[in-house]
Amino acid sequence: MQFKSMVISNVEVSPNYFRMRMTAPQELSSSVPGQFVMLKVNDAIDPLLRRPFGLFDVGSFVPEYAGCGAQVYCEILYKVVGKGTKLLSTLHHGDLVDLLVPLGKGFQMGPAGEEKVLVGGGVGLAPLYYLAKQLKERGEKVRLFAGGRNRDDVLCITEFERLGVETYVATDDGTLGERGFVTQVLERHLASGMRIFACGPTPMLNAVAKMSEKHGVPCQVSMEAYMACGVGACLGCVMKGANHSDETPDYRCVCKDGPVFDSFELQWS
Amino acid sequence: MQRPDMSVVLAGITMRNPVMTASGTFGYGAEFADYLDLESIGAMVTKGLSLKPKAGNPTPRIVETPGGMLNAIGLQNVGIDTFIEQKLPYLKDVNTPVIANLYGNTLEEYGEVASRLDGLAGVAGIEVNISCPNVKQGGIVFGTDPGAAKEVVSLVKRNTSKPLIVKLSPNVTDVVLMAKACADAGADALSLINTLTGMAIDLERRRPVLANVTGGLSGPAIKPVALRMVWQVAKAVKLPLIGIGGIMNGRDALEFMLAGATAVQVGTASFLDPSAAQRIAQEMEQYLVDNGIDSVRSLIGALEV
Ligand SMILES: Cc1cc2nc3c(=O)[nH]c(=O)nc-3n(C[C@H](O)[C@H](O)[C@H](O)COP(=O)(O)OP(=O)(O)OC[C@H]3O[C@@H](n4cnc5c(N)ncnc54)[C@H](O)[C@@H]3O)c2cc1C
Ligand SMILES: Cc1cc2nc3c(=O)[nH]c(=O)nc-3n(C[C@H](O)[C@H](O)[C@H](O)COP(=O)(O)O)c2cc1C
Ligand code: FES
Repeated sequence: MQFKSMVISNVEVSPNYFRMRMTAPQELSSSVPGQFVMLKVNDAIDPLLRRPFGLFDVGSFVPEYAGCGAQVYCEILYKVVGKGTKLLSTLHHGDLVDLLVPLGKGFQMGPAGEEKVLVGGGVGLAPLYYLAKQLKERGEKVRLFAGGRNRDDVLCITEFERLGVETYVATDDGTLGERGFVTQVLERHLASGMRIFACGPTPMLNAVAKMSEKHGVPCQVSMEAYMACGVGACLGCVMKGANHSDETPDYRCVCKDGPVFDSFELQWS
Repeated sequence: MQRPDMSVVLAGITMRNPVMTASGTFGYGAEFADYLDLESIGAMVTKGLSLKPKAGNPTPRIVETPGGMLNAIGLQNVGIDTFIEQKLPYLKDVNTPVIANLYGNTLEEYGEVASRLDGLAGVAGIEVNISCPNVKQGGIVFGTDPGAAKEVVSLVKRNTSKPLIVKLSPNVTDVVLMAKACADAGADALSLINTLTGMAIDLERRRPVLANVTGGLSGPAIKPVALRMVWQVAKAVKLPLIGIGGIMNGRDALEFMLAGATAVQVGTASFLDPSAAQRIAQEMEQYLVDNGIDSVRSLIGALEV
């Protein structure tokens, strides 16, 4: 649905990374982790298109005004990379943004009892927090493997820990956790009876998908693509399905068929 | 005052208002059903259909540019048979005319797709795309050479009894020449414009942004070009025209009608605001109310120069 949302807060949680909380429609309380929002940063024609962001958190709050009942909020965690996110970072409490929510297919949490393994790189941690929250509510055992270039890229680890998630961190330069790729740390821990949920840069997802296949561990990945409509109409956001070839094309819409896919559904390089 | 009369008739197709959705920007209709009332708009135009399903181009396929966007989707579509089996039943139940947009990789294919659509209930008319800049064969060849355009339009005309709309490319030196060729060949109406060929470069990587290198520019950035072309063609050709290009609000749409359009299509605007087509129709009506105009038809071609 389309919703005019009010910014509640918008704070820099690490250099260039912001966490923005907004009012949300009631419908969002039944959203699934991994689903995303398309946000129109302003009313101008530049930037023209909406920007997609994963749901970092959904919850309810009681506004400070007298007589208000509980209302739903949603949060996004974003990195400033260009024009749209730069503008987004200047918004304050009380500003309005236009949201399409909730879009796409989210994570399927799988049967209880398995160990749930979350793998995130940089801002890819965003949808994993909402997922971790729901998994912990179900009483599941959850481990998080978080990676980034340096310590500033590894976000909100304490929030995960507060949920009771066991966390493992790796950075390229070793400024936080182990030095190296988070996928190397992950590989040491992989065993059957686990289920992987991954979100982050494509090379990382590529490595995780391969590893999950090797170890026979089911794996879901949340993909990113450049989007225009977010609802499956423009076909701008497609990626190659597992059986894609030039003769038998198999393109999947990231916005509508995803952004979360079973890793075996896609073609990996 | 009574509510203004918003209805228009275009090549025999009666529409409750002049606002249509543009091909390729509204999927097959159902994608937008949660965001607007499909029965509040004038007509829906489907994604361009070909004889066989088409995969489209490699990614990245879209990129934003100031005031517009470039796309190189490459006419990905489900193919005419799947459209008839899987998409048309839904569309049939919506009380809004459906225009099937079609194209062929060869001259014969244009004829074949048109004939498969002929006689189908639920398809009010066809719009022939001779103007896609993103496919190597077909498309643009027919859209830039008046002789080839004449050939393809007369062939389609022989293969259909439905109202025939031809969609023109702006990527020509003289759009009036193309319009006349299509009119002579039997078109019942003309749509203009399709996207303008453009390009975006990634300076860091020193490579084109789009996998296809070039793409079609749409959005507010192209509106002045589209308006000019509608106005030029309206003066030269007697056919009803559909104005397309960067229409974001009711005022944009009405400007196209003043320039000579009987109806308009809303494209890129639906990406920013999925209810755009419905909102634009309402804004047009409000303009008429505010200015005491009782029929939207009185504005068609009413530009004073
Ligand atoms: C389903 C989905 C969920 C996402 N969730 C998050 C999230 O939770 N947090 C977050 O920070 N980002 C997320 N992104 C990426 C985010 O949408 C882009 O970073 C943002 O649109 C960039 O906008 P901009 O105007 O700042 O950048 P632009 O000025 O448009 O571009 C700047 C740079 O960012 C790159 N970029 C632009 N769009 C995308 C994109 N869609 N994906 C990847 N790179 C892009 C461009 O290639 C360019 O190099 C998500 C993307 C998708 C598709
Ligand atoms: C993503 C995208 C896909 C399109 N696909 C088609 C198509 O299949 N057939 C067609 O005739 N035009 C297609 N077009 C062109 C539009 O119908 C329209 O002519 C153009 O976008 C200009 O209008 P706008 O500025 O309102 O978007 C497409 C445009 C976009 C942006
Ligand atoms: S963004 Fe338009 S189809 Fe996915």
